[in-house]
Amino acid sequence: MIAATLAFYLFAALAIVGALNVIFQRNPVHSVLWLIFTFFNAAGLFVLLGAEFVAMILVIVYVGAVAVLFLFVVMMLDINITMVREGFFKYMPVGLLVGGILLAELIIVFAGWVMSDSAEAMRAAPAPDPSAISNTEALGLILYTDYVYLFQASGIILLVAMIGSIVLTHRTRTGVRKQVISEQNARRPSDTLEVVKVESGKGLQ
Amino acid sequence: MAELWTSYIWPVVWIVIQILMFLVPILIGVAYLTYAERKIISAMQMRIGPNVIGWFGLLQPFADALKLLTKETVLPTGASPVVFFLAPMITFSLAMLAWAVIPVNPGWVISDLNVGVLYLFAISSLGVYGVVMAGWASNSRYAFLGAMRSAAQMVSYEVSIGFIMITVLMTADTLNLSALVEAQAEPLFGFLPGWYFIPHLPMFVVFFISVLAETNRHPFDLPEAESELVAGFMTEYSSMSFALFFLGEYANMIMMSGMVSILFLGGWLPPYDVAPWNLIPGVVWFAAKIAFCLFIFIWVRATFPRYRYDQLMRLGWKVFLPLSLIWLALTAGFLVYFDKVPA
Repeated sequence: MIAATLAFYLFAALAIVGALNVIFQRNPVHSVLWLIFTFFNAAGLFVLLGAEFVAMILVIVYVGAVAVLFLFVVMMLDINITMVREGFFKYMPVGLLVGGILLAELIIVFAGWVMSDSAEAMRAAPAPDPSAISNTEALGLILYTDYVYLFQASGIILLVAMIGSIVLTHRTRTGVRKQVISEQNARRPSDTLEVVKVESGKGLQ
Repeated sequence: MAELWTSYIWPVVWIVIQILMFLVPILIGVAYLTYAERKIISAMQMRIGPNVIGWFGLLQPFADALKLLTKETVLPTGASPVVFFLAPMITFSLAMLAWAVIPVNPGWVISDLNVGVLYLFAISSLGVYGVVMAGWASNSRYAFLGAMRSAAQMVSYEVSIGFIMITVLMTADTLNLSALVEAQAEPLFGFLPGWYFIPHLPMFVVFFISVLAETNRHPFDLPEAESELVAGFMTEYSSMSFALFFLGEYANMIMMSGMVSILFLGGWLPPYDVAPWNLIPGVVWFAAKIAFCLFIFIWVRATFPRYRYDQLMRLGWKVFLPLSLIWLALTAGFLVYFDKVPA
């Protein structure tokens, strides 16, 4: 058990180091790389909790897809650090205000933290027995059986958001030469070719 | 003291021994894959290929490695040093990491994860980082363009790879790789091998082509298209860091071939569980299947011209993605209709 405890403190400490580096790095690309490092440590914590499915999904979705696009965008942006720093003192009061509100909210949430009476009993005896069912299967049963409508609704929300962003950024450009493969495949020799018998000494008219 | 040994030190030592038992054959395999590639391509082009160092040129890979090691390591001006040297290490270690869950024989696996398929998918989707980091850290236009192409390409083809994996694991009803191989033991219709490439033949083809794109191999090797981008993201690398990229690329090919063998070619299983076939050990079957896939990799390289970039994107998003989605729905429908869904 001591190994698991040590691993927990290792992952937790590295996650905090990574998260701090995300905000303190001067170079935005380095920040994204530290963010990825933090994701990995979070995945490690999930594995220690026995939630290996969630850990793998975290790596696949956040590290393998979302962070790649993040990195992609941040690399393409030409961020000028001095220009970002320019209005630092002008905007500081607003930033401090937002930060203060968030901090106050967190304090209120944690101060009012109470454990439900039934929570302890539920933790002692989880509803499907963990030894009888793998956590992938348990998650599947909950998502696709008990909460299938909510699951579908969240899918539709994501789809609408995706279509919305495509519609907003889509522009039709003129003068773009584009290959239409179906048109190419539909061409017949008779559309484009003409076989001509040329009499000798006359040539084509 | 004895308790410390049996419960703490020995397990760690045993894991290290297991890891070495996997890594050493893989590294030798990588060395001889480069040799095999040169020999096979030269045979297809009616040349002789490497034949000077050792018998039939068998020591050529080691001579190449020595040559690379003695070269100078160059760090371009304006490069980001940590990221620059981290990138090849990431590429190489990711190709090695995947072997933690790949079973080569019943019980011969370092970690028999319950979510082995997801682990493999996660590791293969991380491969893009080595490339992108190399391209950005090099502070060079060719490298950056190569990295951008590669990132877009790998992200696109991952989608169809993911759907095909879902199809296969729905058929096998497991996420565990050993159980996935065992599920292919039952013969199809009583006389065909139960390997999934027969019922899922179209997906096998799509998967293999996606794997070519995912490993940046011909005909999808646009990130390192010599005629346009010098050597793509590897342009600024030399010496050991280049060697790590090179080894990583070939180790990735072996890893992906292992994945194809497990998902579609029945892993360590012989085609028929009868006398001449099942006398051959499972490891040999598995290695033979990997070798077969690698041969196709090289065969494709020697045969096909390079894709154009927009055509590559079109193939990924407009052909493979709908195809794999349709097949996913068909498989699910088939399983439900014929009551093959386990309770």
